Amino acid sequence: MTAPPDRAQSERAQPERALSERARDDRAQADRAQAGWAHAPGRAARSIHARAAVVAEAGPGGRTRLTTLRSAPPLTLRQTGPERVHLVSTAAGPLGGDHLELDILVTEGATLELGSIASTLVLPGPGRSAMVVTAQVAAGGRLTFAPEPTVLAAGCDHAMTVRLALHADASAYWREEIVFGRHGETPGRCHARFDATVDGRPLLRQEFTVGDPAVDGSPAVYGDARCVGNVLVAGPGFTHPEPGVAPGRAVLPLAGPGTLILALAPDAVELRRRLA
Amino acid sequence: MGGNHADHHHAPDGHGRALRLGIGGPVGSGKTALVAALCRTLGPSMRLGVVTNDIYTTEDADFLRRAGVLDPERISAVQTGCCPHTAIRDDIAANIDAVEGLEERFGPLDLVIVESGGDNLTATFSRGLADKQIFVLDVSGGDKVPRKGGPGVTTADLLLINKTDLAPLVGADLTVMSRDAAAVRDGKPVLFTSLREDRGAHSVAEWVTGLVHDWAHHHRAPAPTTSTA
Amino acid sequence: MNAMLLLLADSRLPAGGHAHSGGTEQAVASGAVHDVASLAAFLRGRLATAGLVAAGLAAAAVTASGAGWAELDAEADARTASPAQREAARTQGRLLLRVARRIWPAPALDELAAAVPSPHHPVVLGAVAAATGCSPRDAALAAAYNAVTGPATAAVRLLGLDPVEVHRLLAGLAPALEDTAATAASACAAGESARLPAHAAPALDLLAEQHIRTEVRLFIS
Ligand SMILES: Nc1nc2c(ncn2[C@@H]2O[C@H](COP(=O)(O)OP(=O)(O)OP(=O)(O)O)[C@@H](O)[C@H]2O)c(=O)[nH]1
Ligand SMILES: [Mg+2]
Repeated sequence: MTAPPDRAQSERAQPERALSERARDDRAQADRAQAGWAHAPGRAARSIHARAAVVAEAGPGGRTRLTTLRSAPPLTLRQTGPERVHLVSTAAGPLGGDHLELDILVTEGATLELGSIASTLVLPGPGRSAMVVTAQVAAGGRLTFAPEPTVLAAGCDHAMTVRLALHADASAYWREEIVFGRHGETPGRCHARFDATVDGRPLLRQEFTVGDPAVDGSPAVYGDARCVGNVLVAGPGFTHPEPGVAPGRAVLPLAGPGTLILALAPDAVELRRRLA
Repeated sequence: MGGNHADHHHAPDGHGRALRLGIGGPVGSGKTALVAALCRTLGPSMRLGVVTNDIYTTEDADFLRRAGVLDPERISAVQTGCCPHTAIRDDIAANIDAVEGLEERFGPLDLVIVESGGDNLTATFSRGLADKQIFVLDVSGGDKVPRKGGPGVTTADLLLINKTDLAPLVGADLTVMSRDAAAVRDGKPVLFTSLREDRGAHSVAEWVTGLVHDWAHHHRAPAPTTSTA
Repeated sequence: MNAMLLLLADSRLPAGGHAHSGGTEQAVASGAVHDVASLAAFLRGRLATAGLVAAGLAAAAVTASGAGWAELDAEADARTASPAQREAARTQGRLLLRVARRIWPAPALDELAAAVPSPHHPVVLGAVAAATGCSPRDAALAAAYNAVTGPATAAVRLLGLDPVEVHRLLAGLAPALEDTAATAASACAAGESARLPAHAAPALDLLAEQHIRTEVRLFIS
C-alpha cells in the first residue's frame, strides 16, 4: 500500500495544519498505540481534533482522479485503487473527547469507493467523542461508502453524524453498521444521526440511540439484537434490491429515490450477511 | 383500499351519492352468500360496490372476487382490529373511507353494500355508515333467536332468516321464528330464504331494488335511472 | 391542557385508530410481546422512537401553512423508511383529516387537504390541534399519547391482558410522555423541520413489513 501521489500536495495546500499541530497529533497517536485497545486512564489527556478529506473528480476521458486526499491522523486515507480509498486507522479510538471529521466530495461524473481496513472501536475518554462525515455527490457521480463496523466499547460516549447530499442524478451506496460492544461487553452510549437529501429534499433521516434504557432491548427498537445496520441505495447508478422481508432483514423502498436495506443481527458477521 | 379522496365530500344528507346498505348478523349466517346473491341478481342492472369487514383475513372479499359476481376492483376489504362492531357503529371512519374510495373510483354508483364482520345480536350499523340495513340470522342457531331480540333483530330494516333448508335438520320451527320476529319488529319486514337453493336471493333483491329506486328519487335531482350498468 | 385536547387524544374519536396496533399484533405473533413486562419494554421503546418522531412532526404542524404542509409531509416520509408504516400513517391521517374537517372546520385543514390528500397522521394531528386552539406542546403530547395507547389497547385485546394492569403501565409512562412532548416541542421551536427528531425503530420497521404480508390479521397495522 503506497501513499497517493497527490497526498503531499494536498497537505501542502493546508497551511493551517501547522507543524506543531501535527506533532501533537503524532504524540497522541503514540499514546494510543501504546494503550492498545483498552482504555488506560491518564492517557490521551489531550483529545484529537482531526479533519480528513477526499475529493474525486472526473478527469479527461471520464477517468476519476483523486484531486484531494488529505489524511488527518487517526483518519489516514490510502488510495487502494484507481477510484478506491481505504481509511486506515493509525490509532485506537476515537476516544472520548476526540472530534473527527471526514469530508467527501464526488464531483460531476466521478466515482469513488471508500472502505476501511478495520472496524472502528469507540473507546471512553474525557468527554464525548464525535465522528462527522459529510458527503456530497454531484450529478452523475457515484459514491460507495462501505467502511467496517463501528464497535461501541463499554463506557464510550459517542456521536456519529452523517450528512449525505445527493444531486438528483447522483448515486450512492452507503453502509453503516453499529455493533453494541465487543463480545459479551455492555456498550456505552451512542447517538447517530443520518441525513440524506436529494437536491435538498429529504430522502432519509434516521437517528439511532444506544445506551438509553428506554431503547436498549426494547422489542420495538433492537429486540435482542447485538448490532444494527443499514444500507442506503440511492440513485440510478446502483441496482436497487427487491423489496421484501426476512428474519432480521427488510428491504424498504423509500418514498424518495432510494431503497434502504435494514438489518438487526446477533453479531457483525451475520449483520453483514443480512445487509448484502 | 386507500386513494386520494380526502377532499371528496358528500353532503351529510346523502345527496348525490349511492344508497349504502349494511348487511350484519352473527358469524356464518350467510352474509357473504347474500352479498354474492345480490350482486348476481342486481349486477346486470345496477352500478354496485362492495365493502367487506373481515375479522381475520380478506377471506370474504377473496370469496366474492373468486365468485366472479362483481368486478374484483369494486370489492374493498377493511380490517377491524378485533372489533367488527366498532367498525360499523362507533368508529366508521375506515368503512366510510372504503365506501367513498369506491364511489370516487367507479362512481356514480347506485348501491354500495357493506358487509359487517360476523358479530353478535347487538351489532348494528351506524346511520352515518348505512342508510338501510339487513340483519341476517340463520335457522341453525335455533328458533329461539328472534325471540331473544337485540338491536339487530328489532331495528334492522329487513330481517332475513336464512338457511331454511336446514330447518328440518336442526328441528327449527319457522312459524315460531316468524311469529316471534313479527312481535318484536313492529311491522318491519321479515323474509325467509335458503341461499343454497335461491342463489339469486330474489325476494331480497326485489326489496333492495325498491330501496334503490326510492333513494335515487329522493337524493338525486333530476332522478336518474338505475338501469343499464 | 384543554378540553379540546382531551377530545382529540381520546381513543373514542371516530377516526379509524382502533383498527391499528402500531406493530403490536406482529410483535405478539412473533412472541416478542407476551405479557405486561414485555409490553412495557415495547411501549417505552416505541415512545422513544416513533412516538418522539410523531410528536415532533405534530408540534411542527401546529404552525405550518402554505408550502409548509408538503414540506412537513416529506419530512415525515424521510423518517418512515417502511412502506407499510407510511401507508398506515397516511391512511390514519386521511381518516383523521376527514372527520376533523366535519368536527372542527378550519381553513388550515382545507388547505392541508388540498396540499396533501393523504398526509401522515402526525401532520394532521398537529394541524387539527392548531384548529382546536392547542399549542405545539399539546399537539406533541397528543401524538406521544397516541403512540402508546393504541398499541396498549391492541395488546389487551390480543393477549387478554388485565386491562387495569395495562392502564397502570400507561400511568407509569406519563412522565415519559411529558418528557417526549417537551423534547419534541423544543426541537420544533428551533424552527427547522429538517432537524426534528428522526429516531428509527428497526424492529418496528421489520414488524410492519412482516405484518402487511401476513394473511391472517385483525389489525390494519
Ligand atoms: N345450508 C345452507 N348453507 C348456507 C346457506 N347460506 C349460506 N350457507 C353456507 O353457510 C356458510 C357461511 O356462509 P357465509 O355467507 O360465509 O356467512 P357469513 O355470514 O358471511 O359469515 P362470516 O362473514 O364469517 O360471519 C357457508 O358455508 C355457506 O355456503 C343456506 O341457505 N343454506
Ligand atoms: Mg362473510
